[in-house]
Amino acid sequence: MSLIAFLGAVETGLIYALVALGVYLSFRVLQFPDLTVDGSFPLGAAVAGILIVSGINPFLATFAAFFAGAAAGLVTAWLNVRLNILHLLASILTMIALFSINLRVMGGPVVPLLGEQTVFSGLDGLGIPSYWTLPAALLVIVVLCKIAIDLFLNSQIGAAMRATGSNARMARAQGINTGAYVLLGIALSNALVAVGGALFAQTQGAADITLGVGTIVVGLAAVIGGEAVILPRTPFLSTLACIAGSILYRIAVALALNADFIGLKAQDLNLITAVLVAGAMVLPTVRTPVTRALLKARGR
Amino acid sequence: MIDVRSLKVTFNQGTPMESRALRGVDLHIPAGQFVAVIGSNGAGKTTFLNALSGEARPDTGRILIDDEDVTNWPAHRRSTLVARVFQDPMAGSCANLTIADNMGLAAARTGRRSLRPAVNRALREEFRAHLARLELGLENRLDDPMELLSGGQRQAVSLLMATIRPMKILLLDEHTAALDPKIAAFVLELTRRIVAEQKLTTLMVTHSMRQALDVGDRTVMLHEGRVVLDVIGEQRRGMKVEDLLRMFEKVRGQELDDDKLLLG
Repeated sequence: MSLIAFLGAVETGLIYALVALGVYLSFRVLQFPDLTVDGSFPLGAAVAGILIVSGINPFLATFAAFFAGAAAGLVTAWLNVRLNILHLLASILTMIALFSINLRVMGGPVVPLLGEQTVFSGLDGLGIPSYWTLPAALLVIVVLCKIAIDLFLNSQIGAAMRATGSNARMARAQGINTGAYVLLGIALSNALVAVGGALFAQTQGAADITLGVGTIVVGLAAVIGGEAVILPRTPFLSTLACIAGSILYRIAVALALNADFIGLKAQDLNLITAVLVAGAMVLPTVRTPVTRALLKARGR
Repeated sequence: MIDVRSLKVTFNQGTPMESRALRGVDLHIPAGQFVAVIGSNGAGKTTFLNALSGEARPDTGRILIDDEDVTNWPAHRRSTLVARVFQDPMAGSCANLTIADNMGLAAARTGRRSLRPAVNRALREEFRAHLARLELGLENRLDDPMELLSGGQRQAVSLLMATIRPMKILLLDEHTAALDPKIAAFVLELTRRIVAEQKLTTLMVTHSMRQALDVGDRTVMLHEGRVVLDVIGEQRRGMKVEDLLRMFEKVRGQELDDDKLLLG
């Protein structure tokens, strides 16, 4: 694999790290399997894309994507908390609805952004190739998001959110309005995913209606894969695992696609993803006998 | 001071599954009283606690805490006045959160939650001091996840969490029933100590007749959703487990073949 291909994989991995952080908030913190992300990722791309094309400042456009994602998350959480629709089904309903909404927002299936101002336009003046500057800028963004989420999860409100997912009855007994925390958490999760979508569209040069397909699986792959590499004992380590998992996933995919002898092509991406996720889910159970054997070898 | 007036709770109302868990309970508990509640399975003990904590919604009747009508307050709002320890040691805390995180949640129970850190140095010192009194060595394990603790340890921490901030009534739902006898005795002793020290108004549901007569100042027996026995003071001191058992037989109108109630 060439250096440029490697950096490209890191770049995509960093963007999807935002998706992974969002999926971590819903699946792990709130234990709310939320498939809305398949719709909120392209929603972020659509909102940011159409605003940029209309001449709005790209930073403002990305900020708007954040709120659009939060609104999508609120709809899912509201369907679940207030109308008592099963969480999985509620999220599928929002996801399907977002397909239409995204088409409405974009006014068509694609919004080209080539030649438009993006949040990364300022990097062009540095005279460093974009395959270096883009991952560096994204790394800064992702690390800032990680720090913010870590601080949030260790705050009183964040701790209450973790309790909501871990033991809702206990949470209510501690004065936590669990419904409100589900609304807040799922909104935050989808806001992060939408920002990921907005940044993805800006690096790829287009917002596309099909961007969202399989976002949830990629996000889960990052979360689960990251946990296999870094034991998520604290919120700090959990968010670190999300980012590591997302980058490693992209590198693994790039390696698989680059290894000509396997004969894999770009259209095999979803198949590889499914195999990787299944592998990552099995890994923790496989590791135990191996660890045991290692311990035995050391005579313990 | 707790005032419960003709409280009725029905589950699955209007369906063939309808069950009338509480059929009109009246109970007045003055501040500082420690009430032991006993009754056979299905007598409505747990439903009564759920109604007090806000988890179960009454059809009719009123619940007043210090003259404030809290009948329609949801559980999370009720928690400013009511603290609770569950029967299941796993139910009272979050397994994947650390001891410090769990106690931090309890310490924030009475206030408004903000973006301030959930646990700071001052709180850690406070938690450490509370845990040290358990003499279980937990004061050095603040950052261990709760799931590493035994059932008894978790229940002891749950009791600390329930009493770490002021409340109007402490609800104990057979909180020693799931523990082995030695640990159960320890948790019960700890309960007595904390309740006496803080002069807490307490309602303890128990399955053990001995506990119901030995612990606290008053014994209330529930049967089929009603109060059938309420003894206090001299009358209670004169009662023996056999008397309670006879009372049980009388209300059930049958021989007691379940000697589980005698144990403990």
